[in-house]
Amino acid sequence: MAAAAAATAPLPPLSLRILAECGRSKARACEMRLPHGPVPTPVFMPVGTQGTVKGLTTEQLGRLGCSICLGNTYHLGMRPGPELMEKAGGLHGFMNWKHNLLTDSGGFQMVSLVELSEVTEEGVTFTSPYDGKEILLTPEKSIEIQNALGSDIMMQLDDVVSSTVTGPRVEEAMHRSVRWLDRCIAAQKNPEKQNLFAIIQGGLSSELRKKCLEEMIKRDVPGFAIGGLSGGEEKDHFWKMVTLSTDYLPREKPRYLMGVGYATDLVVCVALGCDMFDCVFPTRTARFGSALVPWGYLQLKNKQYYKDFRPIDESCECPTCKRYTRAFLNALFKRDPAALHHITVHNIAYQLTLMRSIRESIIQDRFPRFVQQFMATMYGSKEKYPTWATEALASVNIILE
Amino acid sequence: MTLGSGCHLKSAFSMKLDLCKVVNGCRLGKLTNLGRNGDKSIVFPGCMLYTRTGSAPHLTYDTMQTIEGLPLMTQITLSTLAECQEVLEDYKQGIGKFIGMPDSLFYCSLQDPVTTCPTGFNTNKTVSMWGGGGRLEMTPLKFMAIQNALQADWFQCLSYGVVPGGNSRKRAQKSVDRSLAFLDECLRLQEASLVPQKSVMIGAIEGGEVLEERLRSARETATRPVGGFLLDGFQGDVMDKDSRLKLIAAVTGELPEDKPRLIHGLGKPDEVLECVERGVDLFESCFPYQVTERGCALSFSYNYQLDPETAVLDPSEIQEPNRNGENTDDNEEPDKDMEQITAFEISLSKKRYQDDFRPLVQGCRCYCCCNHTCAYLHHLLTSNELLARILLMIHNFQHYFGFFHAIRQALKDGQLPQLKSLISKQSL
Repeated sequence: MAAAAAATAPLPPLSLRILAECGRSKARACEMRLPHGPVPTPVFMPVGTQGTVKGLTTEQLGRLGCSICLGNTYHLGMRPGPELMEKAGGLHGFMNWKHNLLTDSGGFQMVSLVELSEVTEEGVTFTSPYDGKEILLTPEKSIEIQNALGSDIMMQLDDVVSSTVTGPRVEEAMHRSVRWLDRCIAAQKNPEKQNLFAIIQGGLSSELRKKCLEEMIKRDVPGFAIGGLSGGEEKDHFWKMVTLSTDYLPREKPRYLMGVGYATDLVVCVALGCDMFDCVFPTRTARFGSALVPWGYLQLKNKQYYKDFRPIDESCECPTCKRYTRAFLNALFKRDPAALHHITVHNIAYQLTLMRSIRESIIQDRFPRFVQQFMATMYGSKEKYPTWATEALASVNIILE
Repeated sequence: MTLGSGCHLKSAFSMKLDLCKVVNGCRLGKLTNLGRNGDKSIVFPGCMLYTRTGSAPHLTYDTMQTIEGLPLMTQITLSTLAECQEVLEDYKQGIGKFIGMPDSLFYCSLQDPVTTCPTGFNTNKTVSMWGGGGRLEMTPLKFMAIQNALQADWFQCLSYGVVPGGNSRKRAQKSVDRSLAFLDECLRLQEASLVPQKSVMIGAIEGGEVLEERLRSARETATRPVGGFLLDGFQGDVMDKDSRLKLIAAVTGELPEDKPRLIHGLGKPDEVLECVERGVDLFESCFPYQVTERGCALSFSYNYQLDPETAVLDPSEIQEPNRNGENTDDNEEPDKDMEQITAFEISLSKKRYQDDFRPLVQGCRCYCCCNHTCAYLHHLLTSNELLARILLMIHNFQHYFGFFHAIRQALKDGQLPQLKSLISKQSL
């Protein structure tokens, strides 16, 4: 009887299989199963704020090997709005993306558009930059929109405080985020096909973070995000909060570090035990002419590249590097947006390739060696390694030579 | 010296033009022995792929390859590439490889057809180009040096173009005289070059709106060893349509049958058909680009084979009047771009597309229509997203290239009148 009930029970919309764990650090390689296909982790998720990763077709994104990307609840909730989204078959149908989607809660805009918002226990009041109207975003409203968007992973509405703020406001925000998590869980209409992640808050205080972790872990959510970081705080504080969080988070659930996307940060935070990352950086910097390479970046607008007939990166297999030279991209940049698209393709390929290499090295039990090589290529010599990265890696037993 | 010019002649005249059919002045045919190895051919009436700085606007190689019927001949423009002369000279492998299209054929025109540039800066020694960095003065010597670096298959010879309308006879005469002088000088430089020439010169027919000067330009240019002819200076709508068409017919009447005729500046579907009837073979494809830039999608029907009975039964096959009608439900401010909108396109930023989950054009097989809806395009346009113009460019190019395919098919089937009437019905 019980067995029959278990057999008919729907599969949970998320399952995490740990494929390998690094023998020395906290790094791990997993396969996360979501309603729109498997996601190999560690994973970098490109950001498609308004239902498009800027400058790429969904076919291009899929071909680059992207299995999950982000949509933005705040923007999409404003325009085109949840009613239209439902008619379009959710965000997947609207943008015609066959793979997975993660939507944020809309709460991050509280930090980025702070002059326009006011937080109460009820929710966040925004002045819409679209039409100047006041809008109250509550945990329930955020989930309602995210249910309409139909994302595979939804984020709880959290009370976000800038990571540089200290004092009682941080504690208030942490407690409120816990209360809002409960409201989000209660409001969620599609638990069988959409996953709701909690967001750990607590600013830069170990005590508050621990308290938040303790409370949130009690709730049976499919995954956890580490929030409230990557907002201009000291890197020393940043990595300590990350490693503290992964120390407490349950092993069998995915850990998503929000807003992190610089290559070094990705490598270090994988070592600290994070599985998922997102950031606008690689796509935004592409639009400013900056191409990511294993030794840093190339500013392709610079005159030094106007007669440089090499690809962006000779070792890169992306469609841009296979066909175009730095010289051509330099000439095109002034003239046509296609130049931005070429660099965006490359930068996403760079991020996804980096994550694949990290993952392979974990599976092949050579992650610490990978980190050594990565740092040597990125910085040239040990004196140039950022101290925080060296210390963070040492904390998980990876001693840079 | 002799060797060099011998190569040039061999190259220029190995191109072969076969006319399959001439119906009421319309030429259906094929140009063969094109390209470095002489193994490429193009059919006409046709159009060339429009590019800026060697790039199909908004498109990467991958997005471009989704387009059906992509022309083998790509148009590059000297004004957007002149600044790259030094780069290309160092590169040595020619424009095709540089821009990542090594298998395409290239025609290099002087000006970008979309950019309007100031006039009145030309002298009897130089022609002014307007590149990204401002004015560039082009002498025949500099011009030929750039062409050597570009290594296009065809190039428009340096010429003195005048904007149609309000030109005195004297000015028209000057444009013809100077263009012929530039042509002779460029031919002399090409002959004198020790480098085996791979590029074929296209002679520009000038003369503004003065019939006698146009005829003189055509006759004189035809006596030079050019590979083909360009009907230059017909853009804009200052000249009334009838006189323009009369001039075009008069010019093509003077040209030898065995060389291709190109035209600049005319590309709307009705204009194309009018030019085809007057013996023009090759067109630009900046029209779909201009449509894209104003956030519009080509929506006209060129399916002339439709049985009129079924056409009535399936209204989605031809443009729906309510999708672009006069009585608009939205009160959008008419801006400059909107004034340019033709009857051949729909403006997707209009509010009525907000919840229209149909493809841009029913039955269209382009990447955009197979994967996306009007509602999504409306959202991308109102959110000012880069993807909007990528998708529109894909659709508009494919639609436009399909139109040229239909013209050739109609000529083959003897049904051009049906196509013409379908197009003129929609042009109102």
